This record gives sequence, C-alpha cells and structure tokens, in this order.
Amino acid sequence: MVAEVTFFILSALALGSAVMVITRRNPVHSALWLIVTLFSVGGVFLILRAPFLFAVQIILYVGGIMVLIIFVIMLVSVDVSGRQQQFSRQWLVGLTTVLILAAELGYALYRGSKGFLLARSAPAAALENNTQAIGTALYQNYMLPVEIASILLLVAMVGAVLMAKRKME
Amino acid sequence: MVPLSHYIALSAILFVIGAAGFIFRRNIITVFMCIELMLNAVNLAFMAFSRFRGNLDGQLFVFFVIVVAAAEAAVGLALIISLYRSRDTLAIDELDSMKL
Repeated sequence: MVAEVTFFILSALALGSAVMVITRRNPVHSALWLIVTLFSVGGVFLILRAPFLFAVQIILYVGGIMVLIIFVIMLVSVDVSGRQQQFSRQWLVGLTTVLILAAELGYALYRGSKGFLLARSAPAAALENNTQAIGTALYQNYMLPVEIASILLLVAMVGAVLMAKRKME
Repeated sequence: MVPLSHYIALSAILFVIGAAGFIFRRNIITVFMCIELMLNAVNLAFMAFSRFRGNLDGQLFVFFVIVVAAAEAAVGLALIISLYRSRDTLAIDELDSMKL
C-alpha cells in the first residue's frame, strides 16, 4: 500500500517536472526542474529495491551531469540564449511526430500489457540489498564492459579537454 | 505491489515528453537536457524489467547507460562551449554546418 502511494506521488512529480523542463523559457529553470525529475526517478529506483542504482543516480546524474550542465549554462551567457527564440518554428511537424510516437507506444502498451506478467508479484528476496551482488557481477561477469567503459570515459575526458580549451596562439 | 505495466507506462510517458522537448526546443542546452530525460526513461524500463524478471543484468545495463551518459555529457558540453565561442549563438537552427 505504501509502495503504491509513493509510486504515484513520485511518478506525478516526475511527469510534472518533466513537462516543466520542456516548457520553461529559461534554461536554468529547465535544469532545476530536470533535477526534480531525476530525484523522482531515483525514488522509483528505490521502490524497485535498487539502492545502489539510486545512489549512482543521485551522485552521478544530479551531482555530476546536472552540475556540469548548469556550469555550462552559466559559462555561455544566459542573456544571449534568453533573447533567442526558444521554441521551434516547425511545431506542426514536431507535434505530428510526437503524437505518432505516443500513439505507437500507447498501442504497444495496450496490446502488450498481458505479456508483461513476467512475475505478477516480483520475487521478493532475490534482489534485496543487491549492492554486493552488483559489485561481484561487475568485477566477474562484466569485467570486459567495465574496462571498455573506463576507456570510453578516458577518451571522453581527453576529448572534452581538447575541444573546450582555447586555441593556442 | 505496483504492477510492471505501471512502470513501463511511466517510462513511456517520460520518453515521449523528452522526445517532444527534443523536437520543440531550439536552445541546444535544453535539447541536451531532453536527451538526458529520454535516457532516464529508458533506464526506468530496464530497472522495472530487471526487478520483475528477478535477475541483475538490467541493473548492470542501467549502470553502463549512466556511464555512457556521463561521457556523452562531457563531450557534448565541450562541443557546446566550443560552438558558442565560434558562433556566439545557442539556437540549433543557426548551428547547421559542421565547419567552425
């Protein structure tokens, strides 16, 4: 019962703030609303019994990526972006595309919801307190992906420094 | 117990909102944030399926998606800064050539 109520509150919060993200004119406001969305989705992760991914969501997304985005918004001047037009002129094409996507997903959900009954009630004890299990899996079965991800992060770091630095005279 | 279809519906609606923002907004930073929104919606679907199937692989996939999102954020924001320096604009309609 508590889980249902929490889930509905969190999803209302996530959807409402997601709508605010795409409708605010000021990018700083969008970024702040996006933080609310990310926190709500993190809360849903907790309902799904994934404390490790909840922590990763908060630390990496809210603490890392969002700070980076807000930093960049401050770095490029806000006035310039505020004065420019914020919404696309091809709104009719965009609206059609979005409606088609929504109809497609809705139809798939409507038709497929019977196929979603993988386990009507999720296996209770299997995934409780899974931080240790995730650590073991990451360093045993997922060793190669971890190495590839670390190389990707290294390349991204070098690339970001290279592209963002000023040209040397 | 919240049924699986609720999670998937939430994920689908979040994804559609992100896609709508991606198409309608012209500010490149907001477009970037909409991409993060869509990635998060997909993560939510992965998490829900992982929980209801009772194995851990979905959660590990979410972990790697977040890692790739971090790399993408670093490179993308560096590109935005570099574009802003050379063009003095953030409107994507004016950023239509690759040449600096």
